[in-house]
Amino acid sequence: MKLFKTLAVSAAVAMAATSGTASAGTLEDVKARGELNCIVTTGVAGFAAPNDAGRWEGFDVDFCRATAAAVLGDADKVKFVPTTGKTRFTALNAGEGDILYRNTTITMSRDADLKLTFLGVNYYDGQGFLVPKALGVTSAKQLDGASVCIQTGTTTELNLADYFRANGMSYEPVTIETNEEGQVNYLAGRCDVYTTDASGLAATRSSFDNPNAHVILPEIISKEPLGPAVRQGDDAWADTARWVLNVLIEAEELGITAGNVKGLASNGSNNPAINRITGVEGSYGEMIGLDKDWAVRAISAVGNYGEIFERNIGVNTPLGLARGLNAQWTEGGILYAAPAR
Amino acid sequence: MAASSATSESGRQSLWYRIFYDKETRSTAIQVLTLTLLFAFFFYIIRNAVINLEAIGKGYSFKFLWEPSNYDINQTLIEYDSRSPHWRATIVGILNTLLVAVTGIIIATVVGFIMGVLRLSHNWLINKVVYVYIEYVRNVPVLLHILMVHGVIVNTLPLPRNAISIDDTFFLTNRGFYTPKPLFEPAMWAVFIAFVVGIVFSIWFNHYAKKVQDATGKIYPVIWISLAAIILFPILVYFVVGSPMSFEMAELRGFNFKGGLVLRPEYLALTLALALYTAAFIAEIVRAGIQAISHGQTEASYALGIKPNRTMRLVIIPQALRVIIPPLSSQYLNLTKNSSLAIAIGYMDIVATIGGISLNQTGREMECMTIVLALYLSFSLMISAFMNWYNKKMKLVER
Repeated sequence: MKLFKTLAVSAAVAMAATSGTASAGTLEDVKARGELNCIVTTGVAGFAAPNDAGRWEGFDVDFCRATAAAVLGDADKVKFVPTTGKTRFTALNAGEGDILYRNTTITMSRDADLKLTFLGVNYYDGQGFLVPKALGVTSAKQLDGASVCIQTGTTTELNLADYFRANGMSYEPVTIETNEEGQVNYLAGRCDVYTTDASGLAATRSSFDNPNAHVILPEIISKEPLGPAVRQGDDAWADTARWVLNVLIEAEELGITAGNVKGLASNGSNNPAINRITGVEGSYGEMIGLDKDWAVRAISAVGNYGEIFERNIGVNTPLGLARGLNAQWTEGGILYAAPAR
Repeated sequence: MAASSATSESGRQSLWYRIFYDKETRSTAIQVLTLTLLFAFFFYIIRNAVINLEAIGKGYSFKFLWEPSNYDINQTLIEYDSRSPHWRATIVGILNTLLVAVTGIIIATVVGFIMGVLRLSHNWLINKVVYVYIEYVRNVPVLLHILMVHGVIVNTLPLPRNAISIDDTFFLTNRGFYTPKPLFEPAMWAVFIAFVVGIVFSIWFNHYAKKVQDATGKIYPVIWISLAAIILFPILVYFVVGSPMSFEMAELRGFNFKGGLVLRPEYLALTLALALYTAAFIAEIVRAGIQAISHGQTEASYALGIKPNRTMRLVIIPQALRVIIPPLSSQYLNLTKNSSLAIAIGYMDIVATIGGISLNQTGREMECMTIVLALYLSFSLMISAFMNWYNKKMKLVER
């Protein structure tokens, strides 16, 4: 009886003393903090990796910087949160980051069940296979019985199981946690094949001592639309981040570059579409909780989509990726951003 | 109200007085305070989790366990493929964890006891070699041992097409160690029955020999007769019923060996590293246990004319075990829990299956982590319960 009383009193006091605080919107949080927390990979060359000086660089990194430039006015006010394929969604949902730019495939279950909001596509990709040339394999259909290295917690893991099952082939999955680990196991011969998105394979191969001794097989076995995501339920923040992405893509279509954007903003243009983006016309910045120069800051910080692409992963970089599907819709690709109007 | 306020006023005064000066009231107050803080802490974190889950619209449900897992696992002790449900993947993970834990504990115990005894050797060289080994292994984190063993296997052993072959039966490659797989024919049950009969017989014989020794002083060679009953008898039966067992050989087909049994590098690395690491601790525990028994016991035993090996087996070890068992249990628990480091090399244990891939593909963090916690807790409690029972059995029976 005495024990029961003690417990009851303690529980009552505890309940009375505890109370929660509701958090403000992410946009306000970011502005108040003065820094954008951006979730990226632990390191994929060309997409997101620290350079020799420890500064984060890459395709996804530039989108983070553009978002920071639009929201905070400074492309360097970004804290990068490196995550593995496994920890990224937990990190986002737990509030460790404000936005996820991490070669993440948009899928229905991630959107609906994992409670994410995807903002659009910044890279159209597909899953491929990397094999040593010495193996003499020319098609993924010849991979029956092979040991395959895969990153855990990715859609590639599921595509792989489906692909081998559908083709009646067997394989040994060798599950690894990060891209670096995959590289080490693949080069040591623990697995015959390394599989991930084709862009990731190009990035991985570019960092080998002898990239030419390895080939990417012609089969692309899946659709992997990669794009940024935010937590579900904060529509205002989703809008802000989505339109930073859209405007970077549309800027390329309209010929706005890092070089000419400031001139276009101060002198205006004959093209109303350009004027809407540069803030000369309308009040589009206000609609997403920012000022009228938001897009000018984003574009002058990192350039338009095409400039970001060519600088980090384009044909003149070690990755050497062609635009392919990621060309503008006017140039034969499927990149088609909704207009800012 | 007014009438009672006077009494409650004096009551309150005396309560404050009692809290400071009355021992019993003070201790109750401290208990209430401690429990309050504890409740507050749990209430806070649980409330937090519930609110946050609600905020993003996630429930708490285990339904996902019955959906197809959609992923493959390389080492499966039961039938499993990518169409199997998540609960089956969980069982695959549990069995893989238990496999490492059980084989690791056996190897660690055997190696640990041998090294613990060798550490007491009067041979300077043996003594020092074991000493250096123990100090090196104990003072390097176990994760590094695991990564090192895995790295050595994967980087130094050849690819399957250049496999090191031992008599075309055993193959060593960097994808694993391949051995023939025994295939049992129906008549094999006779051999298993013979094995069980052998065990029952040796238990009975043990009792019988003890009784005879107590009555007459005659000593039977119990160990040899038991071994004959448990090993030789089933072998005899095996040949009598016409060798009802064949072997499936591993052979190189395409990229990898097919057939046979395979010990994968991930399993080997994890088990060996954990076992040898824990063995170093067990060796120290065994040495301490033996040294805890006064040398007078040995001398008294010799004075009674008991031979040295019997002295060790009948006088020293039974007393040393009382000192050894409690810390030994905690080493077994450590080994089992350390097996979760499997994640570093991609061994598919509980953490990698239900706590890793299933968690990530379904987004059910709270549910999956609950399952993983509950599983490790029950493993640990089972090991504790067994070791407590064994400890009680080995306790000094006092008059």
